[in-house]
Amino acid sequence: MAIETQPERAQGAGGGLPAEGGGGRPWWARPAIHTAIVGAVVGYLLGHALGDYLTGATGAANQYPNVPLSDSEDWPIVLGYTLAIIGWLAGLGVFNDILRQMVGRPISGNGRAHQNSGLARFFRYELDHKVVGIQYLVGMIIYFCTAGLLAMAMRTELLSPVNHVFTSQVYIEIVGEHGTMMMMLMTSVIVGPFGNYLVPIMIGSKRVAFPRIEALSFWLTPMAFLILLSGFMLGGFPFGWTGYAPLSIQATVGADSYAVAFGLMGVSVALAGFNIIVTVICYRAPGMRWGRLPMFVWSMVSTSFLFVLAAPVLFAGMYMLIMDRTAQTAFFEDSLGGSSYLYENVFWFFGHPEVYILALPGFGIVSELIPVFCRKPLFAYKVAGAGMIGVSLLSFFVWQHHLFDSGINPDMRPLFMVTTELISIPTGFIYLVALGTFWKAKIRFRVPMLFCIAMYFNFLIGGISGVYLSDVPADTTEHGSFFVMAHFHYTIMGGLIFAFMAGIYYWLPKMTGIKLNEKLGLWHFWIMFIAFNSTFLPLFAVGDAGQPRRVFEYATNLQGLNDWVSISSYFLGFSILLFVINFVWSTVIVREREVGNPWQSRGLEWQVSSPPPADNFDQIPVVLSSPYDYGVKDAQPVADLHPPAGVVTAAIMSADAARVEA
Amino acid sequence: MAASSAEAASPTARTGPNHGLRIFLIWLPIAVIADWLLYFVYGPHMPPGTMSTSAASQQFDIKVMSVLAAPVFAFVVVYAGYAFIVWRHREGDDTDGPPIYGHARIQATWITISAVIVLCLAAFGTYELGAFGQSSLAGAGAGEGPSPIWKPNGTPLQIQVIAQQWRFTYRYPQYGGFETTALYLPVGQPIQFNVTSIDVIHDFWAYQLGVKADANPGVNNIAYTTVEHTGTFEVRCDELCGLWHGAMFNQGNVVSVAAFQAWAHKTEIKLASVTKMLPAYATSYDPTTIAQLNKAMVKAGIAGANGYYYPPQDPVQP
Repeated sequence: MAIETQPERAQGAGGGLPAEGGGGRPWWARPAIHTAIVGAVVGYLLGHALGDYLTGATGAANQYPNVPLSDSEDWPIVLGYTLAIIGWLAGLGVFNDILRQMVGRPISGNGRAHQNSGLARFFRYELDHKVVGIQYLVGMIIYFCTAGLLAMAMRTELLSPVNHVFTSQVYIEIVGEHGTMMMMLMTSVIVGPFGNYLVPIMIGSKRVAFPRIEALSFWLTPMAFLILLSGFMLGGFPFGWTGYAPLSIQATVGADSYAVAFGLMGVSVALAGFNIIVTVICYRAPGMRWGRLPMFVWSMVSTSFLFVLAAPVLFAGMYMLIMDRTAQTAFFEDSLGGSSYLYENVFWFFGHPEVYILALPGFGIVSELIPVFCRKPLFAYKVAGAGMIGVSLLSFFVWQHHLFDSGINPDMRPLFMVTTELISIPTGFIYLVALGTFWKAKIRFRVPMLFCIAMYFNFLIGGISGVYLSDVPADTTEHGSFFVMAHFHYTIMGGLIFAFMAGIYYWLPKMTGIKLNEKLGLWHFWIMFIAFNSTFLPLFAVGDAGQPRRVFEYATNLQGLNDWVSISSYFLGFSILLFVINFVWSTVIVREREVGNPWQSRGLEWQVSSPPPADNFDQIPVVLSSPYDYGVKDAQPVADLHPPAGVVTAAIMSADAARVEA
Repeated sequence: MAASSAEAASPTARTGPNHGLRIFLIWLPIAVIADWLLYFVYGPHMPPGTMSTSAASQQFDIKVMSVLAAPVFAFVVVYAGYAFIVWRHREGDDTDGPPIYGHARIQATWITISAVIVLCLAAFGTYELGAFGQSSLAGAGAGEGPSPIWKPNGTPLQIQVIAQQWRFTYRYPQYGGFETTALYLPVGQPIQFNVTSIDVIHDFWAYQLGVKADANPGVNNIAYTTVEHTGTFEVRCDELCGLWHGAMFNQGNVVSVAAFQAWAHKTEIKLASVTKMLPAYATSYDPTTIAQLNKAMVKAGIAGANGYYYPPQDPVQP
């Protein structure tokens, strides 16, 4: 039997976290975002000066005759970014408690500040997982909208095959920034807001395992975002989100922003993953067996394992890239004994699990939500869990399908063709579960459910088009074309982002006690769903007609389709604007209260008030039954929120007995 | 409630209309018609056409994939559409659905069917690569790296594709190793593309020929095809290679064997003086020797900047 109790101190008030401190000082003297900005600026200037000094002092000359643009200017930029990150964290007060402990003073810094502060806590290094969740939510919406605007800029350029809105330089910068921003920051789009906020409540805990690590994982994301954006000021980077060497070594200083930001985001997600894994293993309430774990928590666990195992590989790749660019190592430089294949393999060994990092949380949300709106138990719970674990395991064995045409050992191709196609079996489980749950259900078409259904539809197209790409001969036509682009937008935007929207409409009343306007939500849904399909479905045809990705000029006979796509993309952007309007309107202006359980959900998170009390639960609850027992006659409540003292053990035993009788 | 617990044991138990049969009967004609349309009506027009053996084999694969995909897609959509109409929530009904937790036989059937489809696809894809000795397939036009294992019969015509930022040049080692930006191919003869790069990673994509191979610096990436019809085809760079990636394309021509021979001999003679100054034909070129070569090229008044054969080709600023 798994560990059924939490560490003792986590059961006390505040989950055993340090009490509020730092009071008495004026607000501007307390560490928060403004001191962090000061720290980052100071850090950058210091680092830049250090870099100038080092390269000036050593007179590092260009050692790469064949990559004429790699030069000593990279040193000040990279060191500036590095010290800016440290300065940012120091300004936030991340190191305060660590330093206090080192000198033997009691820790007090920034724990549990929320009890006596309002909005300000969202701008601080705050240890409450609920605050971190909201910080992530707002951050992710900002990052997503920024990268989305860049996408619309790209589509504007592609309105005409020969006339240009941007120069090729600006266009290639936008391509790189859009792709990298989406791929690196959207890794946390569900794990960050919903994983951090909901997992402890769903498993009946007052806290997460590592609140400092969790808060740190969030506060690295604004820095990654800003560093990546600062690439625009340095001339951008011309290599998309993949950063294939030696192009990324040849590129100008803008490439440093890519490598540092992407590496930093690797650190952030690895930290977030550790926290969630340990929280779920060690902090489940009594009675929360693995077999009762909500599907969403399963998806968070499997995603977190991918975070922890894949992100270090990314970090290593980015580190080697930075070394190649600054210290003149030659990991990826063919003429000096390195290999560009090494980069491709390192990148995709991270990159393919990354793709599933972007799919699994979506599976988790839709699987969690459909029983609520179907008023039925989740069909084949174990198959759903096996699907998620199977996907995350197999995702480490498929990466070379990105390299089918690259000149890898040809013997590898049938092998990776098999593994790639095998992964569609566990993915299919998610559909089996959905279709089984729909069977004889009483389906309520509320806004979150509509987004779930759209997610299944989009991901079906995305998944099936992925099978084409796993077949080497078919892939030889489709690799690197708009077909691939349409495929992964169907899985990531159509899957992950639609599920993210479902999650917002579903859980925002829980997180804030305020519900989103349902009518605007319906408009948002229908425009987004239609515009999304109208944008990306034609791109399969564009790709199969021979248009490569990331081009700014294309065959003139494809202008009609491209224009259709571009105009649809504006509607898609408009639907996101509607969402932002709805979000701001509902949460800031109207603030319609929704404190109860609007979806009649059995989930443990809905058994506490909205928003949840500071400690989540007065006492650690005893979980009595599955969260999906809809339609069961005389079903037990999902948990006893106020178990009498001393009967926790008895409650577990009686629940077991009830299960045996059933 | 007794009925609902019986249903829990077996969701297919007949307590009303046979929903499963109905869904099947809606799905079957849709799947059959969709497959017929995909294979026989749209199939012959599917990309990338049938200009070469490799293009034809890719088209066949896309056709087969589509024929398998359509029924799967149709099944999920028909099932879900049926569910949303028949099993939607009705006004005033606050009861929950039947508590069905799973159904062992349906789960096993689903897993078996998906596993069988997937394994058949993998076997099919491997066969289509030419892995069972069908020399006509020869790797289906994909780059096989420096030591290909699936080759066509006979002696193929060697054409080296040298990619650089941002153009392709072609070298014909069997005709004295001359190098040109024009790409001519004979019809009906196996062709071996030796794809390499002298700077960053590019990708040689001859769309209508169904040939795609990454151009890696220092590596010879080999792809085979046999062209079956004369005509022209598009060549595009398919791997992001920097600023002018979108402008890195040209056109190739497929001509009769006699016309090709005539063109090759004429060009060999015309370019003989330049060919002498090129480095000896090799499967890949070290950019540092090219830098030295550059001096000779400049001396001869041919071209050269930045250590490349040709100056980076910046197309006219748009």
